[in-house]
Amino acid sequence: MTKTADAVIFERNAAKALDDGQLRRNLRSAMTTLSQRRRTLFADTEAFEQLRAQGESIRRRALSQLPALLEQLEGRCTANGIQVHWAETAAEANAICLDILRRHNARRVIKGKSMVSEEMHLNHFLEEQGIEALETDLGEYIIQLDGETPSHIIVPAIHKNKDQIARLFHERIPDAPYTEVVEELNAIARQELREKFRAGEAGISGVNFAVAETGTLCLVENEGNGRMCTTAPPVHIALMGLEKVVEKLRDVPPLLRLLTGSATGQPITTYFNMITSPRRLDELDGPQEVHLVILDNGRSSIYGDAERRATLQCIRCGACLNHCPIYTRLGGHAYGHVYPGPIGSILTPQLEGLDEAGVMASASTFCGACEEVCPVKIPFTEILRMLRNEAYAQGESEHDVKGHGYRYTTVEGLSWKSWALYNTRPGLARIGSQILGKLGQHLPMIGPLKEWTRTRTPPPFAPKSLHQLAQERGLDNDR
Amino acid sequence: MTDASPPLIPRPSKVYYFGTCVIDACFPQAGLAGIELLQREGIQVIFPQAQSCCGQPAYNSGFPDEARRVARHQLKAFAKDYPIVVPSGSCAGMLKHQYPHLFAHEPDIEEVCRFSSRIYELSEFMVKVLQVRLEDRGEPVKVTWHSSCHALREMAIVPYAKTLLRQLERVELVELQNEQECCGFGGTFSVKQPAISAAMAHDKVNDIMQTGAARVLSTDCGCLLNIAGTLGYRQLNVPAQHFAEFILERTQ
Repeated sequence: MTKTADAVIFERNAAKALDDGQLRRNLRSAMTTLSQRRRTLFADTEAFEQLRAQGESIRRRALSQLPALLEQLEGRCTANGIQVHWAETAAEANAICLDILRRHNARRVIKGKSMVSEEMHLNHFLEEQGIEALETDLGEYIIQLDGETPSHIIVPAIHKNKDQIARLFHERIPDAPYTEVVEELNAIARQELREKFRAGEAGISGVNFAVAETGTLCLVENEGNGRMCTTAPPVHIALMGLEKVVEKLRDVPPLLRLLTGSATGQPITTYFNMITSPRRLDELDGPQEVHLVILDNGRSSIYGDAERRATLQCIRCGACLNHCPIYTRLGGHAYGHVYPGPIGSILTPQLEGLDEAGVMASASTFCGACEEVCPVKIPFTEILRMLRNEAYAQGESEHDVKGHGYRYTTVEGLSWKSWALYNTRPGLARIGSQILGKLGQHLPMIGPLKEWTRTRTPPPFAPKSLHQLAQERGLDNDR
Repeated sequence: MTDASPPLIPRPSKVYYFGTCVIDACFPQAGLAGIELLQREGIQVIFPQAQSCCGQPAYNSGFPDEARRVARHQLKAFAKDYPIVVPSGSCAGMLKHQYPHLFAHEPDIEEVCRFSSRIYELSEFMVKVLQVRLEDRGEPVKVTWHSSCHALREMAIVPYAKTLLRQLERVELVELQNEQECCGFGGTFSVKQPAISAAMAHDKVNDIMQTGAARVLSTDCGCLLNIAGTLGYRQLNVPAQHFAEFILERTQ
């Protein structure tokens, strides 16, 4: 079987991650903690099932009227004094941010955690324009110090343990003493960040939910850095994917509960910000300007297909990552794209194209662990299977995913046709299984068997098949 | 579990047996054991020689047309109205829950749904239809249990298999620490992502060894192929066995 370029890269990354014992220990310990906390919070499975049915229906209801809700959101935000911008691509979103920052002469930007900004590669873009973008979420701050990208959508530095962070701080932060005491490490980061908050000329954040009926931007966080970024500087830019809108204010509490519970097992986060306008005349603080950038970047094409649309139900809790046996062993970097794990595997090939990221759809055993924990019941397996179909669909495809058919080769097409022939012609299968019974233990170790036997003994092909044994025993053949 | 609730369906006199392709080629004794467990309960077992594979390999690999072709072949091979018993959670899940998806936009969808409604996994059928009571005749033994993902989640039949094992008085069942985690088989996944698959199988085997069990049992021979292959490669002497074979062995 020939391998596509994305597959070669993924396999190389995976092999590297699997060889890294420290990484695997860090991940296993973190994932066990996160999943146990979640299990404890949602111990009442009946109540949880009710809540997630509610979460699913809120998200589906929002998506079913997405264009109208986005229009309403724009209207309400504008009326509240929030300036709304539409970006079709990541490049457009970057240009919008740059334009706002230039108008404010902002050269130092403080950022709250935002996966959309990762999707835009915003930090890198701003840096090229001479603007410093400083991550203020502790995890993001840690990986930025190390020149890395997030390896998890909620816990970006989850691949690192305390000792690695201790060394990193000591090496990269001027005058930071070496310490492995968590409180002291926190204090070092806190002191560094305080200064940056004071000096920040603009703040950038993500959006967890945007409420159409009120024009409210909701921001979930645990460190207070999000509140600093969105209130201290004179201008705040909020970035959201266009799927983040919900219809009503009353839709927020169940989603919030599902989000924090699924992500970290918290009943609620330490901070929950609801941003409805810039500073009003009678208010003492808050930014003078608030901008909302709504990014498409391939989402509307996902929206356009009924089966693919469920991908957009996601509230980015990361529970699917925490429970994925593959993510748990590789971490996020091996996937080679912004969104890793099960959600990344269904989202990325649709955003970037199968020819860029189709291999991610093959990074699943279809074990269903992601589906079991997803707070909005995304049918992961169904979408992954659809993407695998699209990867081989030549000509016009049913779901028209970008890059469809990229994986088709005549050899693989023919081998599945032969497989189908073998399994629909009993005479052929009978001869085949007799040959397999005689030669099964002497097959050359090539192709799939070669891969199989790298770490396993060969399959124990039996001298007589069940078909033969059933016939010998005179079992009724239904003729 | 069995005593309180009435059987799912009235006890049939005949059932079809879908042997599965992995059992056919590699574990025929497990397939025969399942047949004998049914016959012992007075059920006539019909084994259509025309049967082959449920179609899951193609269905999960991006070739739905080929999967449908093979699926329609099974529909023809199991044409009469008897229940169809399957000694595998994964193949049963394909036949019962995935066929209706695979044929959602096909003209024969109704026929497919009728076929799917006749599917029972073996332990489910033994507990929920036949209400089997087992008598243990074996020596005391400690075993552990591997839940295949499809038996666990898609079919949700693991409780039935464990019900049967718990009826065996001298069998001590020790649970795995990470019982709910996939063993890394995943059909074609095992050869398309061999390194990740191997790492998962390796961890599963470590978990098995930690229990100190003399055997590992499961409803699914795909997983057993993976687990036994890894145990064998590491020269660890813990047999991986289909539960039907184990139960038959102890109750004869």
